[in-house]
Amino acid sequence: MAIISTAGLARTFQTKHGSVEAVRGIDLTVRQGEILGFLGPNGAGKTTTLRMLTTLLKPTGGAATVAGCDLVRDPAGVRRACGYVAQSGGVDGQIGVREELVTQGRLYRLTKARAQQRAEELAAELDLTGLLDRRTAALSGGQRRRLDIAMALTHRPQVLFLDEPTTGLDPGSRADLWALVRRLRDEHGTTVFLTTHYLDEADALSDRLVIVDRGVVAAEGTPTALKLKYGGSVDATLQDTFLAITGRSAAPADTAPVAV
Amino acid sequence: MLLHDTALIYGRYARQILRSRFALLFGVLMPLLYLLFFGPLLTDLPLGEEGSSWQVLVPGLLLQLGLFGALFAGFMIIVETGQGVVERMRVTPVSRLALLLGRVLRDATVFVFQAVLLVLAALVMGLRAPLAGILIGFAFVALLTVSLASLSYALAMKVRSPQEFGPLVNAVSMPSMLLSGLMLPMSLGPAWLDVLSHFVPFRYLVDAMRDAYTGHYTSVHMLYGVLVAVGMTALSVTVGTRVFRTAGA
Repeated sequence: MAIISTAGLARTFQTKHGSVEAVRGIDLTVRQGEILGFLGPNGAGKTTTLRMLTTLLKPTGGAATVAGCDLVRDPAGVRRACGYVAQSGGVDGQIGVREELVTQGRLYRLTKARAQQRAEELAAELDLTGLLDRRTAALSGGQRRRLDIAMALTHRPQVLFLDEPTTGLDPGSRADLWALVRRLRDEHGTTVFLTTHYLDEADALSDRLVIVDRGVVAAEGTPTALKLKYGGSVDATLQDTFLAITGRSAAPADTAPVAV
Repeated sequence: MLLHDTALIYGRYARQILRSRFALLFGVLMPLLYLLFFGPLLTDLPLGEEGSSWQVLVPGLLLQLGLFGALFAGFMIIVETGQGVVERMRVTPVSRLALLLGRVLRDATVFVFQAVLLVLAALVMGLRAPLAGILIGFAFVALLTVSLASLSYALAMKVRSPQEFGPLVNAVSMPSMLLSGLMLPMSLGPAWLDVLSHFVPFRYLVDAMRDAYTGHYTSVHMLYGVLVAVGMTALSVTVGTRVFRTAGA
């Protein structure tokens, strides 16, 4: 069953130098409980697509539904169904972990008591219990990311959008995050839609990949199918496959960490 | 829901200002320095207005406090946009209007609190004015800050970089201060300056507040002041709401 489906989803920005077609027409379907890797070179339109699917940005063309709710006609329904972790995260460094979690619960209209209880639950689930009374600025990169994800899970969303969730994390924290994403899907059936520049991550974590280039879907399929089709063999690296599809590199090769 | 969400956002930012009490007091510093070092210069000058020089100066300083403070409120949104806090809140079902109103009401609280501190200092310096007039003055400060903070947040959502925001706000605030007669009554100046100042809305607020401080609650100045203050507030909150509803879109 499709939990996300888009048809010709597009976004054009008007700038001083004319209009820029950030996303020219995305057609994709995501099944419930799937971990989808959304890849593409810098500027391919990944973040713009994510911001449209989470109601932060109105599409200028096409249509989409998330968890059965139309993006344009029922943004409130989409917001109830999805959680979003932006590249930058989204917590104030001066505020304590507990306060951020409780406020987030209240933004999702939980009662005060329920929001406090939910903060404890999330902290236990994401291994933040000992950090509840720290300021968020005092957390390590990996802890910060777990807090960002905890915030996005407050209302037990059906779909979790993660924009480059492991950028800047050390290998151990990346491995923890991968395990967390798999656990969310296995235990709660959460659909995870994630962007990444790390091809080893896409390979290891995703059930299916969608590769975008210049604002359209350039290829999609399981990692193995894509390697066979574009890389010439199932033993091809995803790096070579990606290059064959886009004619460009996902990220400078020397900055991509090796698989953990 | 709007009330619930507004209270929630208000609480978040009220706690933020309580965490930085220094900033809370620092905001009063500029008008306080004017009060201490500029106020005494006026005591024996003919200002052409009824009442003591303090009854002329203090209303101007209170509006200056609101003008400079509230116009810069948008900086907070720029910082929070950088942290991702604004987008994180916007993907929740929270009322878009509450995201504006909670912040703006927090600002109004802060500036009225600072205005109270300034009036207390002025009382020590020699201000004598009727209590009702002083209270009316606080109401004007509250309306002015709600209005200007709304515009400031709306602008900050549009420009998104402190490098653009700072100069823009300065370009508005300095001429507004000079042309509205906050420091000295405009009636002292040449006719062209007096006429020009009538195109600056703050002129009507300061005239009304000076009337309030001398006990004239039913004057023409007061009528215009109330109309301008209420009108500016309605207009600014409408503009702010529209920007917050559609931001990013």
